[in-house]
Amino acid sequence: MSNFSLDDMNSMYIDVLREIGNIGAGNATTTIAQMLNERIDMKVPNVQLMEASELGTAICAEDEIIVGIFLEVQTDIAGSMMFLLPMDSAQNVVNMLMHRSSDYREPFDDMDLSALKEIGNIIAASYLSALSTMTQLTITPSVPYIAVDMAAAILSVPAIQFGQYGDNALLIQTEFGEENKVSGYFILMPEPDSYEKILTSLGIQM
Amino acid sequence: MSEIIKVGMADLNIATNQEILTTLGLGSCIGLALYDPGTKIGGLVHYMLPDSTKLRNNNNIAKFGDTGIRELYNRMIKAGANPRHMVAKIAGGAKMFEVSGLSGVGNVGERNAEEARLILKELKIPLIAEDCGLNYGRTVELHCDTGLYYIKSVGKEPKAI
Repeated sequence: MSNFSLDDMNSMYIDVLREIGNIGAGNATTTIAQMLNERIDMKVPNVQLMEASELGTAICAEDEIIVGIFLEVQTDIAGSMMFLLPMDSAQNVVNMLMHRSSDYREPFDDMDLSALKEIGNIIAASYLSALSTMTQLTITPSVPYIAVDMAAAILSVPAIQFGQYGDNALLIQTEFGEENKVSGYFILMPEPDSYEKILTSLGIQM
Repeated sequence: MSEIIKVGMADLNIATNQEILTTLGLGSCIGLALYDPGTKIGGLVHYMLPDSTKLRNNNNIAKFGDTGIRELYNRMIKAGANPRHMVAKIAGGAKMFEVSGLSGVGNVGERNAEEARLILKELKIPLIAEDCGLNYGRTVELHCDTGLYYIKSVGKEPKAI
């Protein structure tokens, strides 16, 4: 078993992840702007290291409903990643994509869910492509899976995933857009061996 | 108005009489309730993973099924509950995403529920009700005056088991 654990994470690694988040979010913003044919701004992502068991309350109240998109990653590294959207942001994205008025607030239908999956897919792929470019590792995402449910229930998935290796988890927050603000969260969950691979590829000594 | 005691992720607590133990948004984790109808002492543990012996880093007792359930059992007895009258109910263990199951994320909910059955058998506590699996989150409340375990999910009728 690998000795690596997020519990002895150093600040340099967090800086690296912030940079990857930054580039990834930049890629994603460009793609989404092209899709929507609109100008979209983004903020510098905020990287937080926290206790895995606190993930359930990291985004909003535990029983508030959010959208979670989950992908498995494979090839040179193994693990999974999630993209999380608070309900308001998810509604804004779907409204933009479907050319609806920005205050439309009906429950998602199948078409909306499929659009959200696609957004999750694009954002995840952009993020992974940034990681892949920086590390020179080949990283392939699976098809996206989606869930719309209570925040704590969705976040139990990454909490458990991190919980298997230690007590800490990493959460990357990104914000896009101006008026119809969309804020989302990435969680990257490589297996411990893959963490080492990522760090080694970036020239960071463990 | 009865007092509501919140149990977080990887956390446990006991309560009695008019008090209510609750945990919000159980996903793949398990919310296991123990109850002694005689003394009206109830306990709730919200654990994340089945087995502490599979991991090196296992200091948090309430994070694991094996250590969490035993700790809850001991705390109940210390508070005056009769182990021979204790019953158990479990909820949670959902599969939040319909993944193919490569990474082991897929079936952790199922393994969590299985661990509860195993440890309860060992402690000789009957498991009298459960609401586990499927693909949605659950908010649970253990009412210590009645021993009823209320379960709420998004877009579903609340129920009591």
